[in-house]
Amino acid sequence: MKKMRLAAAVAFAAAMAMSVTAMADDTFKIGGIGPLTGGAAIYGNAVMNAAQIAVDEINEAGGIAGVQVEFMPQDDEHDAEKSVSAYNKLKDDGMQILLGTVTSTPCVAVSAEAANDNLFLLTPSGSSPDAIAAGDNAFRICFSDPDQGYASAQYIEEHQLAKKVGVIYNSSDVYSTGILATFQAGAAEASFELLDPQAFTDDSKTDFSAQLQYLKDNGAELVFLPIYYDAASVILTQAAGMDFAPIWFGVDGMDGILTMEGFNYDLAEGVMLLTPFSADAEDELTQNFVASYQDKYGEIPNQFAADAYDGIYTIKAAIEQAGVTPDMSISDICDGLKAAMTEIEVTGVTGTMTWTADGEPNKSPKAVVIENGVYVSAE
Amino acid sequence: MKKKKLRVNLLTYGIVTAAFIVMQSLAVTGSLSSLMKGLLVPICVYIVLAVSLNLVVGISGELSLGHAGFMCVGAFSGAFFSKCMQDTITSGGLRLFLAMLVGALVAAFFGLIIGIPVLRLRGDYLAIVTLAFGEIIKNVINVIYIGVDGDGFHFSMKDQFSLGMAPDGKVLINGAQGITGTPKDATFLAGFILILVTLFIVLNLIDSRDGRAIMAIRDSRIAAESIGINVTRYKLMCFTISAALAGAAGTLYAHNLATLTASKFNFNTSILVLVFVVLGGMGNILGSVIAATVLTVLPEMLRFLNNYRMLIYSIILIAMMIYNWSPQVLEWRERHFGRLLRRDRKEAE
Repeated sequence: MKKMRLAAAVAFAAAMAMSVTAMADDTFKIGGIGPLTGGAAIYGNAVMNAAQIAVDEINEAGGIAGVQVEFMPQDDEHDAEKSVSAYNKLKDDGMQILLGTVTSTPCVAVSAEAANDNLFLLTPSGSSPDAIAAGDNAFRICFSDPDQGYASAQYIEEHQLAKKVGVIYNSSDVYSTGILATFQAGAAEASFELLDPQAFTDDSKTDFSAQLQYLKDNGAELVFLPIYYDAASVILTQAAGMDFAPIWFGVDGMDGILTMEGFNYDLAEGVMLLTPFSADAEDELTQNFVASYQDKYGEIPNQFAADAYDGIYTIKAAIEQAGVTPDMSISDICDGLKAAMTEIEVTGVTGTMTWTADGEPNKSPKAVVIENGVYVSAE
Repeated sequence: MKKKKLRVNLLTYGIVTAAFIVMQSLAVTGSLSSLMKGLLVPICVYIVLAVSLNLVVGISGELSLGHAGFMCVGAFSGAFFSKCMQDTITSGGLRLFLAMLVGALVAAFFGLIIGIPVLRLRGDYLAIVTLAFGEIIKNVINVIYIGVDGDGFHFSMKDQFSLGMAPDGKVLINGAQGITGTPKDATFLAGFILILVTLFIVLNLIDSRDGRAIMAIRDSRIAAESIGINVTRYKLMCFTISAALAGAAGTLYAHNLATLTASKFNFNTSILVLVFVVLGGMGNILGSVIAATVLTVLPEMLRFLNNYRMLIYSIILIAMMIYNWSPQVLEWRERHFGRLLRRDRKEAE
C-alpha cells in the first residue's frame, strides 16, 4: 500500500511538472479574470460575455491594425488566491494583456503580480483604490470607490434631497466599506445630518428589520445603499413590508436590480443611483451594444458588461496609439500601452473617458432614477 | 512495531523532501509552468493546515470546525508584524521567520483561551462551538482598524475616521479591506521548512509519552482517566499546538498574496481543511500531506473544463472518498489487489 502511495506521489509530481512553451504567433491574446462560479458569478459572466462581444466585433471588422484578437476568460471564484492561480494559468497560455480582474479584492493580489511582470492590466470594474495601486501598469474603466462615495454625498447636498440621511452598508465587503468611508467624508462637509451607518455582513444579508427600524425611528428621509443589488432587493422588499418609504439612493452596485429574478420591480420605482451606464440611452453605440448582448445572451447588459465592452475597445485604442505588435515581449507591450493610455480619449457606452498616469479614468457619473422599470436621467 | 513506525515516519519525510527537490529543480531550470509555480506556496500552506488539524481530529479525536479561525489570527498578526517591520528588517527571510513566530504565538494564545472553555465539550457539541469561535474571530477581525503615525498606534473598532490619525499616518489594518501590501516574502523553501518543522513536531508528539496519553484519551476516556491521565491538560496541549501550527501556516499564506481579508477565513476554509484530513485518513499524517496536495492542485488542473470545473472537481472528490474509504470498495480492493498489498505489508514489517 505504501509503495502504491509512493508511486502515485511520484506520478503526480511528474504530472505537475508539465512544461510550457511560450507561443508567439500573430494574435493579441487578451486574458480575462473574474468570478464565473460562486456568489459573484453574475458580475464575472457579464464581463466575459461583453468582452467576447467586443472581441468578436473587432475581429469581424478586421482586428486591431490588421491583427486578430483572442479573448481567454478564467474563473477566480471571487477569491484572491484562485485569482492569482488564474493569472498564472493565463500567463502559461500566452496572455499579453489582462482585462481584469472583475472584483476588487482579487484585483489587489493580481495587480501586484502583474506589476512584477510588467504586464498591462485594465480592470473593468475593480473599484477599490488598492486595486490598481501596485504599479503604473494598471488602469481601470469604472469609477473608484472614493469617487462614488464622495460624488453621491455631493449630489445629495447639491440637490437638497434630504435633511436626514441614513446608510445601510456591508461591513464585510471591501467595495461597500470603501464607498462608505468617502461618503462620510463628503457628508462631513455637507449640511445634511448623517445618522449612524447601519451595518450588515455577508453572513447576515437576509434580514434587515433591525437596521430599517432604526432608520425609520430616526426619521431618515433618504437611505444611501453603497451595496450590491442582491442585498438591496431584500432591503427594498422588507422596507415596503414595514411602510418605510424614504428616497433610496444607490451606487453602481445597484445596477442589475431590474434584471433580478424573483424580485417585484415595482419596489424599485423611484430608486436613484449613480451609474455611468444606462441600457436605454439613445445613442447608437449603446443601442447596438444592448441589442447584440440581448441577441446573444438573452438579457439586458448591466454596468459590469458595459465596463468590459469599453475595456476591450480601450485596449484597442491604446494598441493603435502605441503601435505595438503581438511579437513584442509582454513588458514592451505594457510600456507602449501605458504611455498610450494617458494620450487617448475613448467614447464608449459608459461615457467619454481619458486617463491619468496613475490609472484613474476621468468621466462624470450620471444620476438616474428608476421610473416604470427603466432608468431615466434624474436631471 | 517501533521499527515500522520509524520507517513510516522516514517515508513521510522522504516523500516530502523528494517532492521538494524535484519541484525546486524544475522551478530553477524553468521547466515548471507559472500556474504550478504559483501553487507551490499554497500547497505548503494547506499541507501544514491539514497536518495540524489531523492532530486534533485524528490523534485526539475531537472534531474541530474552527481551524480557519486560527489561520486567520496567525495571518493577520504575522502580516501586521511584517508591515510594521518592513523598513526595520530588510531581509525577507528573517522577517518571514519572525512573522511566523509571532503568528504562531498569537494563534497558540487564542488556541489556549478558546480551548479552556471549549474542550469541556465533546463530539458534536465541540464541533459546533469551534465553528462558532472560528466565525467570531473572523467577524472581530473584520471590524478592527489599526493605523500608525508619528504618535504611535491608533486603534478603533468603528471606522477608519475614528482612528484620528495625523495626515501622514497610514492605516495598517483597514477593517473589511484587511491588510494590503504585505511584503511577498513567502518562498517555496520557507514553506518546505515549515512543513518539515510541522512534521517533526507532530510525528514526535504522536510517538512520545504525551502522544500515547492523547490517543489513550481518544480511545477510552474513562480508562485513561482511571490511570491518572489529566484529560483536560492533554487535550488543551494538542489543541494549542494545532492552533500554533495553523497560525504559522496563516502567516505564510499572508506573505504570498498582496491582499488579506478576513472573509477568506470562513467556515468553507475550515471545511476544506477537514476534507483534506478525512480524505487522507484520520490520524494518517502522510495521507494528509498527499490529500492536501492533490486537492489543492486538482481544481487548477481542471481549468480547461471551464464552467464544468467545480462540478467535475466535486465528482472526483466523491469518487476519491469512495475509493479510499467505502468498506465495499476496500473489500473489493483486498480481493483483487490483495496479494500485492499483503506482500507490501510483509515488506513494511
